[in-house]
Amino acid sequence: MPSPDSSLMRRAAGLPLLALSLLLGGCDMVVMNPTGDVAYQQRNLILFSVGVMLLIIVPVMVLTVLFAYRYRRGNPNKIYDPSFDHSTTLELVIWSCPLLIIIALSAVTWTSTHLLDPFRPLERLAPGVPVPPDAKPLNVQVVALDWKWLFIYPDLGIATVNELALPVNVPVRFSITSTDQFNTFYAPTLAGMIYAMPTMRSELNAVLNKPGESWGYSGNYTGRGYSDMRFKLRGVEGANFDRWVADVKAVGSGLELSTLVELIKPSEKVPVMHFATVQDGLFDRAVNRCIEPGKPCMIDIMRQDMQASGGHPHHSHPAPAMPPGREAEPLTGAKPKPALQKAPDEKGTSPNVTKPVAPEPPGQTKPGDARNRDQSAIEPHPVTGARRAGQA
Amino acid sequence: MTETTLKTIFGRLGWESFPIHEPILFGTFIVVALLGVAIVGAVTWFRLWGYLWKEWFTSVDHKKIGIMYIILGIIMLLRGFADALMMRAQQAIAFGANEGYLPAHHYDQIFTAHGTIMIFFVAIPLVVGLINFVMPLQIGARDVAFPFLNNLSFWLTAAGAVLTMTSLFIGEFARTGWLSYAPLAELSYSPDTGVDYYLWSLQIAGVGTTLSAINMVATIIKMRAPGMTMMKLPVFCWTALCSNVLAIAIFPALTAAFFLLMLDRYVGTNFFTNELGGAPMMYWNMVWIWGHPEVYVLVLPAFGIYSEITSTFTGKRLFGYTSMVYATVVITILSYLVWLHHFFTMGAGPAVNSFFGIATMVISIPTGAKIFNWLFTMYRGDIRFELPMQWVVAFMLTFVVGGMTGVLLAIPPADFVLHNSLFLVAHFHNVIIGGVVFGLFAGIVYWFPKAFGFKLDPFWGKVAFWGWVVGYWVAWTPIYVVGLMGTARRIRHFDDPSFQPYFVIAAIGALIILVGILGFVMSIVMGFVKREELRDTTGDPWDGRTLEWSTSSPPPAYNFAFLPVVHDLDAWYDMKARGYERPEGDFRPIHMPKNTGTGVILAGLSLALGFGMVWYMWWLAALSFIGLLAVAIGHTFNLKRDTFIPAAEVAATERARQPLIVGA
Amino acid sequence: MTDHVTDAPGAAITWHHLDPDDHDHGGGATVLGFWIYLMSDALIFASLFAMFGVVSTSYAGGPVPRQIFDLPLVALNTALLLASSITFGQAMPHMEAGRIGPTRLWLAVTGLLGAAFVGIELYEFSHLIAEGAGPQRSAFLSAFFTLVGTHGAHVTVGLIWIATMLIQIGQHGLTGEMRRRVMCLSMFWHFLDIIWIGVFNFVYLYGVIR
Repeated sequence: MPSPDSSLMRRAAGLPLLALSLLLGGCDMVVMNPTGDVAYQQRNLILFSVGVMLLIIVPVMVLTVLFAYRYRRGNPNKIYDPSFDHSTTLELVIWSCPLLIIIALSAVTWTSTHLLDPFRPLERLAPGVPVPPDAKPLNVQVVALDWKWLFIYPDLGIATVNELALPVNVPVRFSITSTDQFNTFYAPTLAGMIYAMPTMRSELNAVLNKPGESWGYSGNYTGRGYSDMRFKLRGVEGANFDRWVADVKAVGSGLELSTLVELIKPSEKVPVMHFATVQDGLFDRAVNRCIEPGKPCMIDIMRQDMQASGGHPHHSHPAPAMPPGREAEPLTGAKPKPALQKAPDEKGTSPNVTKPVAPEPPGQTKPGDARNRDQSAIEPHPVTGARRAGQA
Repeated sequence: MTETTLKTIFGRLGWESFPIHEPILFGTFIVVALLGVAIVGAVTWFRLWGYLWKEWFTSVDHKKIGIMYIILGIIMLLRGFADALMMRAQQAIAFGANEGYLPAHHYDQIFTAHGTIMIFFVAIPLVVGLINFVMPLQIGARDVAFPFLNNLSFWLTAAGAVLTMTSLFIGEFARTGWLSYAPLAELSYSPDTGVDYYLWSLQIAGVGTTLSAINMVATIIKMRAPGMTMMKLPVFCWTALCSNVLAIAIFPALTAAFFLLMLDRYVGTNFFTNELGGAPMMYWNMVWIWGHPEVYVLVLPAFGIYSEITSTFTGKRLFGYTSMVYATVVITILSYLVWLHHFFTMGAGPAVNSFFGIATMVISIPTGAKIFNWLFTMYRGDIRFELPMQWVVAFMLTFVVGGMTGVLLAIPPADFVLHNSLFLVAHFHNVIIGGVVFGLFAGIVYWFPKAFGFKLDPFWGKVAFWGWVVGYWVAWTPIYVVGLMGTARRIRHFDDPSFQPYFVIAAIGALIILVGILGFVMSIVMGFVKREELRDTTGDPWDGRTLEWSTSSPPPAYNFAFLPVVHDLDAWYDMKARGYERPEGDFRPIHMPKNTGTGVILAGLSLALGFGMVWYMWWLAALSFIGLLAVAIGHTFNLKRDTFIPAAEVAATERARQPLIVGA
Repeated sequence: MTDHVTDAPGAAITWHHLDPDDHDHGGGATVLGFWIYLMSDALIFASLFAMFGVVSTSYAGGPVPRQIFDLPLVALNTALLLASSITFGQAMPHMEAGRIGPTRLWLAVTGLLGAAFVGIELYEFSHLIAEGAGPQRSAFLSAFFTLVGTHGAHVTVGLIWIATMLIQIGQHGLTGEMRRRVMCLSMFWHFLDIIWIGVFNFVYLYGVIR
């Protein structure tokens, strides 16, 4: 009987390759084909590492198939040696081969992790093009809101929602934070991603080398509106960028603290918004969680904590800055009452509200209902030519 | 009754908590209810309640507990896979104007439930079940060190699974992702029952897993057959030992993290809140200190299974046993030092990131050595491609790709573009399906005849094999590709139509895996139907090499009439090779533990406690807690826990099974 | 190649352990298993210590350690718990010698000291909450109450265990099973002592002097 098993094995080996060749025909793998120099270096690193690893992966796969085929029971021409269970030479080889590859990769990892650290200012704009000594990076402050991206251009005095336009070949320094959730600022064509976290400020240095449009995403799940929390990333060439800035400035609406108080309320599928002016210090207020009027800034509390812990040992009154207990306030509203403190009437109900897709557009249900963070889209600011962020 | 009284009794449970308005859930409920009624009816009709209670539910026999774990794992696999199919279907159609058929509210529960169930209630029960069944037999023991604890561990795990399943029909499950990251899982953002269900289910099941791990470690250390030194321990037992040591070392971190999150939600503390000094990042650290080693808790026993199978079906001793053992131990230690690679992109700084990146890569050295060891076990072997061996080869070809993408993700700058993308999701499914799931199926096919006395149906076994292997590649290769196209994970709706073909192919792949799962179920059903034809009359159907094959299939309650004395690694092979003769007389009474219902009762009370806490029925929680204490203390007053199987009975059993055993 | 057969060929090989089976489920394994459990419990405490370490200065504008910690009271509490370990140590030789009466007496004394410890801790907690320094006030206080409270809960479990043992020793005398249980209880009790030394130094003393 011709061994069916060996042919099974051959087919098993062929499958992944077959699947790959079928799949890779004509797709736009932006990670493999980026437009920003940082992402380009990351791409090269991926290709290099895969290449190095294939040096060992391919032989292993080939040997697996080969041994499985050659030493099958049905093969009369094989050598069967049941006592072959140890060989110091072979053991040395099989430990040192992976070791050598990992040493090579570790060296690359160490250097590339330092060179491509998002906090590190750029040294080059493109391969072989160093950053000109007089070049000033463009500052962009990114705030991840539920569920839209706010971009503040402090140098230009404008702000946008769900649209990030960058001048081509100009180094950009992003300062990134979030209002409520651990979010991820993910721009695969530009420089990958970094977390946007409440009370913390992340930094990302990057540059875009080609004009054109692509998408940026929220990379970390943050709740209901997460899927459609994405922004248009536009690379714009020199003069066109100035024109874009002028266009934004020409529209009347400005981003004030009061606008931000409205904007931080959860909303989904928010259209692109432009703000012609920006009040100073909004980003710092977002980091320090003092956007709503009357809320103390975190940095002031920390300063006070430092003084208190060095204070007089017999001073026994709690410091007055924040109201005690759960009344101490989060970014918006009050902290919810914990379960065990709830009176029977405060327990409410926990209905199952999973429903089939409703006919009305998403984000229009129960405005202002705190439950499930199900708030509707806030009124879009009147922006001429604003498109819904969801549409290309 | 007044509103206040109602709320005091029922907490936040009301009519609206039942999903009668949702056709998918309501339909599922009808099917589950009908099935449940049918099963309960059948059990009652055939008067099986007494049998089930006496012989299974209250059993302290490690073999029966192992089988119950595996049944639990397979049932939960069906639930978890149904979730997977729903996700695949949603992602395949939700493009542009089409929102798909699942609202965010439902979709988010599904991916959370899928991850939670697959890890906690599929992978862990299957791994623990196999260890429970096989390990005592392999070390020549009659039971585990703490038989009652073993029963309790199983029922606690089952109670956690039941509580998770309850959320399908009463209230809702979490919408926070499978690790319920803070601050999203805090009361401010997830006020309903979902996260509470999640926390209580996993906390109850986690206690069970920790107790079981302690039990297994004590068993391996204290109860090995005479002569079985650590370096004569079968590789599966080594991997089981390392896996359980690891579980003991990591589950406390998860328990503590969940405990603190519970306090945040129930007492109003500020551990992981954004307010009042909370440190949400600490939650991420604690769950990943558990989470990364957990992967090795699952995959190490799978490696052990591959080792046993390769050695048996190549007719050779495992190549490089010693280096295999050291590789296992090294992986155990290193896995503790790598958790930060799950959040390189939080920006810990290049020195920290490089350290954790390189530590992660170093794990691939012992793992690579293991692959080579299996490879050179096949070299100059006499390979029989029975089903378990086919799974091994499929594993080797699949897993190395997952290992490669894993090392890729361990390089921080590469992770900066690939993290939280579907590439990452494809990677961990590659290693978990290709590594853990394939291994579990291989193990189940391999040891099934030992447990039940007949082999699984080979045709349907092949259907299961090809369904899983082909299905895996068809389902996950396109997900790797869309990951490289820059798609983040957990997205419910897309705009870019160029992704769609890939998601459609992935959905087809999931359907092929469905064929594999159904094939597996059929291989059990048809195996049972054709059991006379597939009967293992020898106790050693595969020409095995370790001690579990030296006893009959299925083994008697006491496993071995005499404890075997071990002279060599591959003890049973050694016994066969040197003309071992089975004793036919001079039997002694055997000391065995008695069955007890305490485990079931304690787990039931834990379930009630969890349910009461989830729904704010404080009276129920308080009563169950007091009940738990009372029953646990009461159990310590029962000192008559052991019994002797009389020598005559042993002799009778041995005579009856004598014709069923090779050797003599 | 390794040697596959370790015994000389032809020599009689023992394949079975023929001694009367006194294989006791959980004998030596109990102490080992309990020891492993204690290690995992120690890791829970390690996690709580780590949490406390991370937020130990996150006062959120609320009270700081030197304002709220009453060191003399805590020192008294520490002394009580350390003394209870000593009295437990007194019980052990009596148990080894099989003297039921003194064993129960010393266990009871240990229980009383432990109860006093828990009582003082509850007094401290209620006092702090009344002052507005409850666990909801700041992350520091959350971690403080949780760490100290978890230790206190363990001591309470120890008290219930001691009470149970007093009854069971009365019922059964100092059988092997009972000795094993008292042995585990003593490991548990000393373990809590060690944890408390960590709490006292790391939470109270370091909190006040930093």
